[in-house]
Amino acid sequence: MSDRLITDIVNAGVNPVDHILRTDRMPHIWCPGCGIGTTVNSFARALIDSKIDLGSLALVSGIGCTGRVAGYVKLDSFHTTHGRAIPFATGLKLANPKLNVVVYSGDGDLSAIGGNHLIHAARRNIDLKVICVNNLIYAMTGGQTAPTTPGHSTTSTNPYGTFEPSFNLPHLVEAAGAVYVARWTTFHVRQLARSIGEAFQKKGFSFIEVISPCPTLYQRRNKLGDGLDTMKYYKEKSKVRHGAPTGEVGLTMTGEIIVGKFVDRDRPDYQTMMRTQYCESLGERFVEQEEMVCS
Amino acid sequence: MAKGRVSIVVEHCKSCGFCVEFCPSHVLALSSAFNSKGYHPPHAVHPEKCSGCDLCGMYCPDFAIFATKTPGAKEGDK
Ligand SMILES: Cc1ncc(C[n+]2csc(CCOP(=O)(O)OP(=O)(O)O)c2C)c(N)n1
Ligand code: SF4
Ligand code: SF4
Ligand code: SF4
Ligand SMILES: [Mg+2]
Repeated sequence: MSDRLITDIVNAGVNPVDHILRTDRMPHIWCPGCGIGTTVNSFARALIDSKIDLGSLALVSGIGCTGRVAGYVKLDSFHTTHGRAIPFATGLKLANPKLNVVVYSGDGDLSAIGGNHLIHAARRNIDLKVICVNNLIYAMTGGQTAPTTPGHSTTSTNPYGTFEPSFNLPHLVEAAGAVYVARWTTFHVRQLARSIGEAFQKKGFSFIEVISPCPTLYQRRNKLGDGLDTMKYYKEKSKVRHGAPTGEVGLTMTGEIIVGKFVDRDRPDYQTMMRTQYCESLGERFVEQEEMVCS
Repeated sequence: MAKGRVSIVVEHCKSCGFCVEFCPSHVLALSSAFNSKGYHPPHAVHPEKCSGCDLCGMYCPDFAIFATKTPGAKEGDK
């Protein structure tokens, strides 16, 4: 092809995910080779494949590059404050138990400033589907060390390399009580879509970690190439181990990445436990609200 | 007849190359032409090999490529 300027849509038709996106806001702000958009693609396909009623869904994000997802999906969505996606989502779910509430946010938002909410929502088994895009860094603010940054990485706050131990998120949320825990990378687009679909079948706290490139701030500083190089690394170094003990799935900078469904178990969710307790203590005096209505 | 047809929204592409790398049928290549932002969108160098699997669409972080199955194309058609 010649070096001409091309501006048209080559061929025609409609992207099958367009009805889930705010297409008027595209192109989005994410960098070339950023993985966040790819995770949104898998999420959109999971919604389509599971035939879930889009009107029954709410998506809640915190702050960060990943937090921007809330602004790009054509769903009821909330772009909340930093670290507080889970408390907002908990409130939504308690006030309107019929809603399917998805939390879509970054590793820093969910496990640093929001880490306390994360462990307690898992402990209480609040019926939330949490999708955590883990790019191993605070991306939006310039690449500072996050609790998830693997040892020896160079970051803007650790120019000589990180030395503190990092969180293994699947291990953390399993220990806290999550009923569904899976990890994929942005290379595993179909598996990720399938896991998101499975999480919708669960009642309780579900956590899906997606390892995702941030070529601009993580890969570049660590001389790990661009987004495509990172995708090739994911392809080469990922091992699918369903049911792997989560204590063994910690991440390193360039080592193996264990992916798969690690936890799939059942225990009563928060609202079921609350109902049981109130029915026992209050008997007929307990009147359940189907949905909280503001008038 | 090709089993699928791939479409490219050239203005939304940021040339990450994911679609080119992970198309199982090697249908795509990045073009030498530019879009108005200065990126090189992909183009179909082997459209006849497209299966319509839409894996390119799933990989694309920019929602800039997608594929549809050709109605009436039979299994085994390439
Ligand atoms: C209360 C508060 N503290 C700090 C910030 C600055 N801040 C914005 S995003 C962010 C980190 C985001 O990291 P992560 O959740 O991993 O998202 P990413 O950008 O990597 O997708 C920080 C520290 C803020 N917005 N609000
Ligand atoms: S800074 Fe990193 S995470 Fe943020 S949009 Fe760019 S590549 Fe993605
Ligand atoms: S639909 Fe499948 S075969 Fe066709 S270009 Fe996309 S990835 Fe390749
Ligand atoms: S995956 Fe999307 S953004 Fe990347 S080169 Fe292909 S069309 Fe362009
Ligand atoms: Mg991050």
